[in-house]
Amino acid sequence: MITLSHYLALGAILFSLSVVGIFLNRKNVIILLMCIELMLLSVNINFVAFSHFLGDGAGQIFVFFILTVAAAEAAIGLAILVVLFRNRSTINVTDLDALKG
Amino acid sequence: MTFELFAFYCFAAIVVFAATAVISSRNPVHSAMFLVLTFFTCAGIWMLLEAEFLAVTLVLVYVGAVMVLFLFVVMMLDVNVEPLREGFVKYLPVGLLVGAVMLVEMIFLITQRYFKSDQFPVPERASADQLSNTEMLGELLYSQYLFQFEIAAIILLVAIVAAIALTMRRRPDTKYQTPAVQIAASKKGRLRVVQMPAEKRS
Repeated sequence: MITLSHYLALGAILFSLSVVGIFLNRKNVIILLMCIELMLLSVNINFVAFSHFLGDGAGQIFVFFILTVAAAEAAIGLAILVVLFRNRSTINVTDLDALKG
Repeated sequence: MTFELFAFYCFAAIVVFAATAVISSRNPVHSAMFLVLTFFTCAGIWMLLEAEFLAVTLVLVYVGAVMVLFLFVVMMLDVNVEPLREGFVKYLPVGLLVGAVMLVEMIFLITQRYFKSDQFPVPERASADQLSNTEMLGELLYSQYLFQFEIAAIILLVAIVAAIALTMRRRPDTKYQTPAVQIAASKKGRLRVVQMPAEKRS
């Protein structure tokens, strides 16, 4: 029998892993974006689990909107990354210290 | 142990393994591929939760679009990975510490009585004559959440415009056609009829 705690624990583990990932890969913007995607995924697991266990569809609608916003965020983030690489030829976070483009 | 629990543990193990590989692998391409594996397995977990529509959406949208975008960018940018890895070992202890503290706090929270199975009893599996997951989502989305749905569409449109506006550039050495000039072209500007006397046959 899979209880709600199983899913919540999985979401918690996934979220903590992505936090650790942000700490470890603090120089690489691409991996940072991937870690943010992992975080959103863990939140989505919680939403879907609660939606299932409460018998309420609103949680799944929320996941739908989170997916939309995450897709938009990934597209704009990667576009900024491409422009950044074109101008500075680096994606190292420590090199990006000037406001002037 | 029922088959469902077995499947859940298998999926959960793969998810945790793949997420660990995402954050620790040396090559960003490998990270992206492991993220794809994570999304696929999560889709399996959502299937266990009877969220079939969202599971398929996750595979289509994330694996099909977002991760392809990630891979595209990773391969397009010729990044030297080595300097980006420095500080990995240095920040490993503090990262693990923060992660472990967060994990312990969250696990402590969810093992309290509020989330026990007597508070949240495991629901019955949906029968075939019930409203399907897709129908249920569609009814909610197009009635109660119609306004939010429209806003989501606008957000996606803005994202398209922003992404294109950011990345589009005009190279000075590339030749372009001007469509306005092409359309404005008329027969008068292109064709000149020359009157010539016929030559005599020798």
